[in-house]
Amino acid sequence: MMIRITLPPHLRKLAHVDAEVKLDVEGQLTQRSVLDALEARYPMLRGTIRDHVTQQRRAFVRFFACGEDVSHESPDAPLPDAITTGAEPFMIVGAIAGG
Amino acid sequence: MSGVRVLVGTRKGAFVLTSDAKRERWDISSPHFAGWEIYHLKGSPADPNRIYASQSSSWFGQIIQRSDDGGKTWHQPGTPPGEPTTTPDGTPKAESNKFVYDTSPETGKPLTTHQWYDGTPHPWEFKRVWHLEPSLSDPDTVYAGIEDAALFRSTDGGQTWKELSGLRGHGSGPAWQPGAGGMCLHTILLDPSNSNRIFIAISSAGAFRTDDGGKTWQPINRGLHSQYIPNPTAEVGHCVHRIAMHRSRPGVLFMQKHWDVMRTDDAGESWREISGNLPTDFGFAIDVHAHEPDTIYVVPIKSDSEHFPPDGKLRVYRSRTGGNEWEALTKGLPQSDCYVNVLRDAMAVDSLDRCGVYFGTTGGQVYASADAGDSWAPIVRDLPAVVSVEVQTLS
Repeated sequence: MMIRITLPPHLRKLAHVDAEVKLDVEGQLTQRSVLDALEARYPMLRGTIRDHVTQQRRAFVRFFACGEDVSHESPDAPLPDAITTGAEPFMIVGAIAGG
Repeated sequence: MSGVRVLVGTRKGAFVLTSDAKRERWDISSPHFAGWEIYHLKGSPADPNRIYASQSSSWFGQIIQRSDDGGKTWHQPGTPPGEPTTTPDGTPKAESNKFVYDTSPETGKPLTTHQWYDGTPHPWEFKRVWHLEPSLSDPDTVYAGIEDAALFRSTDGGQTWKELSGLRGHGSGPAWQPGAGGMCLHTILLDPSNSNRIFIAISSAGAFRTDDGGKTWQPINRGLHSQYIPNPTAEVGHCVHRIAMHRSRPGVLFMQKHWDVMRTDDAGESWREISGNLPTDFGFAIDVHAHEPDTIYVVPIKSDSEHFPPDGKLRVYRSRTGGNEWEALTKGLPQSDCYVNVLRDAMAVDSLDRCGVYFGTTGGQVYASADAGDSWAPIVRDLPAVVSVEVQTLS
């Protein structure tokens, strides 16, 4: 299935991509499978979104799906259908509430 | 034609400043890695086109960048722009930002905690790379000093990193405590006369030396006296801010400690104070003239609670006698209402004749002297806060 992922500006520059990345992901769609696919395609992003070893989300990074904050969901919980179909992007966001 | 390239790391990006040997007219690059903290950049002595940079952010962690064309273009080692990021079998080519402490049963397992500020045990947590020190002879070998304090080495141009865990494992590691800036390994000095000898310094554990290429280490803090720790002459616990060496005399080291400017003539076996007539012996940066091993430079800072020059006057102090007798260098530097700081990695020298001296401030100025400190002028005035300054002398 072809899904859409949006990245914060600093990570777009690192990966040399535009705001939105399209990726083909096999199997059930979860945070883990999305990030596995993203890091496989763009290995320069390894360690920038989740820890190399523990695989835990970095503290100042958040994940959104269909307008909901899923940062604290299990990394193995299924993502909404709208992400699976590509109707909505999986959003990776730098945790900045304001300046 | 000879010239210089000044590599400036700031809180919001890296800048490359270039000039011919006259050092009067400067080209200032656009910011590289704009918006990221660049703790350090340094060029390889063996290949000046090879430059390593430490790029980090609280949000996205640590990145290592490399340039192979003198700072014009950059890439994360192992993943050049425009080239496939995986090998034909799908394996990622490299993970150049992966710094993982040694936890192997043989050498890393006992290394579980250091001390937190309150003296309680605290696990080692990777924060960032403070300092990159390329090998003197091999462009693909580079050392990284990190927070929480440890020493890493890459031998493949920054693609992969391995800890030299004998440093944390020499025995005192569980007693190390962080300084105000974090528990960082900030100084790495490679002995040009002995490839097995490396000096490092950690805030606030102290200075250490290896004589076997990094396998085993010993603390070299005898003679340091730090009144702010329970035992002022303890084997470890001293807040060393910076150490400098002249390559012609690698057994002589000069140290700017939290308080006190110090000198050793026996590779760290014993230190003696050389603060002499300095207006204050607190400071961060220290460096040595390229051609005169007994000419050293410091920038006195008022105190550990007031990180700016005394009396609002930005003065570099120079000793031509290897310490104790210091003269203020003020020509071209602001002598009123100046309240910037000069951080530990923000001073460097070139090796032209006459020796150039450079330093950057937390106010965003980079000052240069083309006459060994007699007079100064800003190369650039309005960068983000400067964290590090390195200089390459180009032939």
